[in-house]
Amino acid sequence: MALLHRVNRAKSLSSLLRPLTTAHNHLHRPFSTDSSKTLTIETSIPYKSHIIEPPSRSVETTPAELMDYFRTMALMRRMEIASDSLYKAKLIRGFCHLYDGQEAVAVGMEAAITKKDNIITAYRDHCIYLARGGSLVSAFAELMGRRDGCSKGKGGSMHFYKKDSGFFGGHGIVGAQVPLGVGLAFAQKYKKEDTVSFALYGDGAANQGQLFEALNMAALWDLPAILVCENNHYGMGTAEWRAAKSPAYYKRGDYVPGLKVDGMDVLAVKQACQFAKEYVLKNGPIILEMDTYRYHGHSMSDPGSTYRTRDEISGIRQERDPIERVRKLILAHDIAVEKDLKDIEKEVRKEVDEAIAKAKESPMPENSDLFTNIYVKGYGAESFGADRKVLRTALP
Amino acid sequence: MMNVLRDIGRGRGIGIGRNGREIGRGIARGIASCSSSSSSPSLLSSLSPSPPGPPPPINENENENQGGDVKSMNLFSAINQALHIALDSDPRAYVFGEDVSFGGVFRCTIGLTQRFGRNRVFNTPLCEQGIVGFGIGLAAMGNRAIAEIQFADYIYPAFDQIVNEAAKFRYRSGNQFNCGGLTIRAPYGAVGHGGHYHSQSPEAFFCHVPGIKVVVPRSPQQAKGLLLSSVRDPNPVVFFEPKSLYRVAVEKVPASDYMLPLSRAEVMREGSDITLVGWGAQLSVMEEACIEAEKDGISCELIDLRTLIPWDKDTVEASVRKTGRLLISHEAPVTGGFGAEIAASVVERCFLRLEAPIARICGFDTPFPLVFEPFYLPTKNKILDAIKSTVNY
Ligand SMILES: Cc1ncc(C[n+]2csc(CCOP(=O)(O)OP(=O)(O)O)c2C)c(N)n1
Ligand SMILES: [Mg+2]
Repeated sequence: MALLHRVNRAKSLSSLLRPLTTAHNHLHRPFSTDSSKTLTIETSIPYKSHIIEPPSRSVETTPAELMDYFRTMALMRRMEIASDSLYKAKLIRGFCHLYDGQEAVAVGMEAAITKKDNIITAYRDHCIYLARGGSLVSAFAELMGRRDGCSKGKGGSMHFYKKDSGFFGGHGIVGAQVPLGVGLAFAQKYKKEDTVSFALYGDGAANQGQLFEALNMAALWDLPAILVCENNHYGMGTAEWRAAKSPAYYKRGDYVPGLKVDGMDVLAVKQACQFAKEYVLKNGPIILEMDTYRYHGHSMSDPGSTYRTRDEISGIRQERDPIERVRKLILAHDIAVEKDLKDIEKEVRKEVDEAIAKAKESPMPENSDLFTNIYVKGYGAESFGADRKVLRTALP
Repeated sequence: MMNVLRDIGRGRGIGIGRNGREIGRGIARGIASCSSSSSSPSLLSSLSPSPPGPPPPINENENENQGGDVKSMNLFSAINQALHIALDSDPRAYVFGEDVSFGGVFRCTIGLTQRFGRNRVFNTPLCEQGIVGFGIGLAAMGNRAIAEIQFADYIYPAFDQIVNEAAKFRYRSGNQFNCGGLTIRAPYGAVGHGGHYHSQSPEAFFCHVPGIKVVVPRSPQQAKGLLLSSVRDPNPVVFFEPKSLYRVAVEKVPASDYMLPLSRAEVMREGSDITLVGWGAQLSVMEEACIEAEKDGISCELIDLRTLIPWDKDTVEASVRKTGRLLISHEAPVTGGFGAEIAASVVERCFLRLEAPIARICGFDTPFPLVFEPFYLPTKNKILDAIKSTVNY
């Protein structure tokens, strides 16, 4: 399987973690002193491309940025682990899909764009929400169905949204969000604000017909749409090769160019997303296939170990983990020492625990909220009466 | 709560050939052999392209077990057994859908690939519109295409294929073609905390479509017989399975190959004061309400509609003529639900006999909610209240 190839190949990568330019060093904690100097780091592996010249493998970053990536990804990882426990404690109900393993996609993408750009995704949405600036408290409150949740407790795990930073959420029907993303991109092009839309979907979703309809429209009208296939190699229990004649998702746009990106390498993701943003503003859509991995099962009822081997999972943890990769970079460049990073992980853990405690204080929504937000108040139907059975059409 | 996926992947190793090549060939072979096959049972012959033949044998005396083996089993096992029989008794039957060769998320298709091979039981990609369209084509070649849609909530991407292609194929081709061998199975209904996209009851949408049948079983024994009838019925059938009962409902089920009649309602409980009509999982809630009402001296007649279209108006009418009152209950939103159709028909037929307005205890007119589910559902107490107020009208 391609997946395992990657694991093996990754073994020879440790040398790449060494700096390319060596404008650094001596300082043990340059993090505070020289945090904005430019580092150039090579991506884990070259990009693969389809009818387009790929971007350079050399990515510019700074110590501050690397520390930030480390912290954000550690926070996401911790949030997902905590969600797992909350689910087992029955404080989170419903269907819940965790993102641990895929953090570099959310973080790298966000690093390349602004909050005026849009992101739309499926149900595996917790970490995208965090990346877009969502708070831990509103995330946990939503997970637990509380009023202070980012969807007022009405959405739950699968339906996170954040309008003020262009996060169009959290969709339940596999593939349905992609044409929506293309519509968002059309509106952006019309406004001439040089912003773009990222429409995320999985390797399973890549086989839905809607994807191809969306792609054609985007290409036909040169829309600034970036289709991001988060290829974690499984759609539920189905390995990609069982479901797709060609699992080279970056090539499946045919007439639309594509890039295959190591989605476990946050810098590679950032570079690809910057490149894609520039490209689509001038030329119309592109596909980015992010080669990534989910550590958890598909959802909370899937142990995630029946359709793949434990060796596969632990191999990826050891060789390709996105957080470990950044940790190694930070250490290799003497940006911080091991203890600093451990401290950050402790802080993050505390932050998560505090957010959960706070979210638990938030009340459940009122039963009457069942009837709100179906239509615009005063412009639809209203139900009332003791048993809510009387339905009246409301006209403005 | 269901263990979605718990057993997915069991079938690793039996897997379909890489890139699905074998699957492709298998299907081609299947079609070739079936279109030339003459060994098919007579009930198949009502499917085109073969000439029409005698209707399938149906067990009219359904409650009478003809002395065969009987085993206690739950709903998913009963469905699984029906699928085994369907595939075993008909070489032209196929089962396919998302992850079905691993047993499916609810285990309904467990063991089928091992038994019948990956050319007859196979996983499809994640593409509902494609799954149903493919099934129509497969059925149009004279096969039994048994498609699984993982959750009824995901049947909507296939809505067009069902409504525009499957339902009208026979009509618009002047009976040259049909997809009568198509059966679409989909788990429906509330499960406790399924939320917006794992809980819906979409049956009413399909009841607006002449040319298909809609069937909903309430229990293991019913499910097996009704599913076999649906698979063998010469019309396309949408078969909704109450997923909350997959593991919970256990009943004695005959091991034999038996069918229960479509379009025939069943009086589950006789009574004289009020008629209650429902289907699927809601019947157990209604039954509890009947038992409670009885303590208050109200005698309820409970009817399982079983087939929603074409439905058994006569049984419902006869009951309402006897009781003079009617209550209908379903999980789907009340407005435009199938309860509305039943109410309208009963008013047409029994207007002068009705002693109270027809009560509909259904889901509210809201999307299916996550945290509000207990409040949304038509619970026993809501039904009981309505029974009392209808009887005391
Ligand atoms: C239309 C539709 N069909 C089926 C499902 C059930 N389902 C939810 S997620 C999923 C697998 C999707 O896999 P992929 O696109 O690879 O995304 P991932 O879960 O790996 O992030 C399936 C089959 C659904 N939500 N919507
Ligand atoms: Mg996937």
